Amino acid sequence: MRKLFTKCLDFEKPWDIDVYISKQGGYRSPKKSLSMEPSAIIDEVKKSNLRGRGGAGFPTGLKWSFLPKDSEAPKYLVINADEGEPGTFKDRLILEFDPHRLLEGCITACYTLGAHVCYIYIRGELRQCHARVEEAIAQARSRGFLGEGIFGTKYDLEIYVHTGAGAYICGEETALLESLEGKAGKPRMKPPFPAVVGLFGCPTIINNVETIACIPTIINDGGEAFAADGCERNGGIKLYGISGHSARPGMYEAPQGISMRELIYGDDFGRGIREGRELKGVIPGGSSCPCILPADIDVAMDFDSLRKVNSLFGTGGLILMDDQTCMVRVAATLATFYHIESCGQCTPCREGTGWLKRVLDNIEAGTGTPKDLALLKDVCDNIAGNTICPHGDAASMAVGSYLRHFMPEFEAHVERGGCWFPEW
Amino acid sequence: MELEFSSQAEERFQAILKRYPNTRAALLPTLFVAQDDFGYLSVGAMEYVAGRLELPPSKVLNVGTFYTMYNKRPVGKYHVQVCASISCALMGAHRLVHQLEQKLGIRLGETTEDGQFTLSEVECLASCGTAPMLQINDDYHENLKTPESIDAVFKPLLGDSKKPNQGR
Ligand SMILES: Cc1cc2nc3c(=O)[nH]c(=O)nc-3n(C[C@H](O)[C@H](O)[C@H](O)COP(=O)(O)O)c2cc1C
Ligand code: SF4
Ligand code: FES
Repeated sequence: MRKLFTKCLDFEKPWDIDVYISKQGGYRSPKKSLSMEPSAIIDEVKKSNLRGRGGAGFPTGLKWSFLPKDSEAPKYLVINADEGEPGTFKDRLILEFDPHRLLEGCITACYTLGAHVCYIYIRGELRQCHARVEEAIAQARSRGFLGEGIFGTKYDLEIYVHTGAGAYICGEETALLESLEGKAGKPRMKPPFPAVVGLFGCPTIINNVETIACIPTIINDGGEAFAADGCERNGGIKLYGISGHSARPGMYEAPQGISMRELIYGDDFGRGIREGRELKGVIPGGSSCPCILPADIDVAMDFDSLRKVNSLFGTGGLILMDDQTCMVRVAATLATFYHIESCGQCTPCREGTGWLKRVLDNIEAGTGTPKDLALLKDVCDNIAGNTICPHGDAASMAVGSYLRHFMPEFEAHVERGGCWFPEW
Repeated sequence: MELEFSSQAEERFQAILKRYPNTRAALLPTLFVAQDDFGYLSVGAMEYVAGRLELPPSKVLNVGTFYTMYNKRPVGKYHVQVCASISCALMGAHRLVHQLEQKLGIRLGETTEDGQFTLSEVECLASCGTAPMLQINDDYHENLKTPESIDAVFKPLLGDSKKPNQGR
């Protein structure tokens, strides 16, 4: 099978520009794209069926086409490297081991959008990634791939790293822009969308690290070839993380549309559940995606199919839970995360997530009442759809899925006065 | 005492200013420069940064307090941050915290008396496949499933002269 992102791990010092060029054929794509018409590049990206790998799966070519062409204002590309969704650890691989692939993608993307400045927003905790990306930028600059008149053309481009400072919500694209502008990371109301009014009030495209790291392949091989590696309307190959109770947790690469069962049980992937246990539930793509049951794991891993089993594809980071997992504790752990990470500007999210956390903690501790079970559902319903950004919805949908699938387990906690599952 | 960037910090600060079209956008990275230079981000340090960037101090305080990586109080020489999010929780993050509380003789959120270690819980650090894990200052330590793997991380940090008390 073709490998895009994990190939770099076969080489020593894959983050070095010479290794990237000689072993991976790096930096070929700008030589082609910089002589193409931007509209032709957008067509190629549309043909590739590339969908944003930051979690929402928005078609990348279409997003790029929303940037107003006649605007005099500077335009920006912002790379979302704030990776913080529990269960997601893919962008880190690219930033740390294959940073030039990201830069190479940024060059074509910026040229297409008419941007001369690109910011890579890396979450603050990933210090090693910062160092690698900064080093890669310096190397690319010294080769004339960045700076004035790149690749011998008249096109100028600077790429800067911007450091986050510890706030999950800054992964949400408008919070990220606020943070880049030097403010608290509180999501903005949309519209206006960032493509029209984005960074410093200028037209801005925000893309995930993995999304942009696909661009060199699309330019080199053509959009159709890229699309052919994936499935219908979901182009290309994709990084999948497996965490939790897997026999072999880790980062794997496979086509969009591979079956979830293959990822969980396949010899090339997770090889089943630890210690030969049974699977109880799966979070398909980061903690915000509703939990699904083992009966549904023949689903294809793409943005459309996961919706059919009442969940979401998200970031492709699977979290597996074995038969000894307490689902009340899982829900409480998730609610805690959403509560801590709420930016606090919408009451339903700020108060609702706190409520969910407290009630779930009580049920787990054995002090929950039958009324609490109805309250949980009520709180979930009251958060959903009533907030500025999808963080509140994510909390509501995630917690709601455990209530839906495992209500008898919640009831038994209340009846018995606590939890009977083993400690974690 | 009047705060002032060291010459090294000043150099970092000047390089940061070049990256943005206005001083406001330089705020987050400049706060890191201040934190690194002054040890932690006191109100005085935030006011100093406000002066340097010509921003109202209230705006700087607002930002300084929003983000978790700015330490508003001094932390130990080693800031031990255990990931408590779902993938790590499933793989024993709570047990890990418990073991560290015993080992360091402090509770979550506390600093050892000798000022060597602060123990905190944080949310997902993007190492979910190698859970449970923790971060000490800039470094990640992953796959901490056994007491031996934890000892291997802490042994080099627990200097003989500054032996923390074992338990309470
Ligand atoms: C609460 C929240 C957190 C998010 N975190 C991230 C993140 O860490 N990384 C990311 O790329 N996208 C994240 N997103 C999605 C972004 O808002 C945005 O859709 C994405 O960066 C667009 O890039 P793409 O089209 O290439 O996927 C988050 C969204 C929400 C609502
Ligand atoms: S939904 Fe939550 S995180 Fe999103 S803007 Fe509202 S309070 Fe902030
Ligand atoms: S859940 Fe701990 S690193 Fe992601």
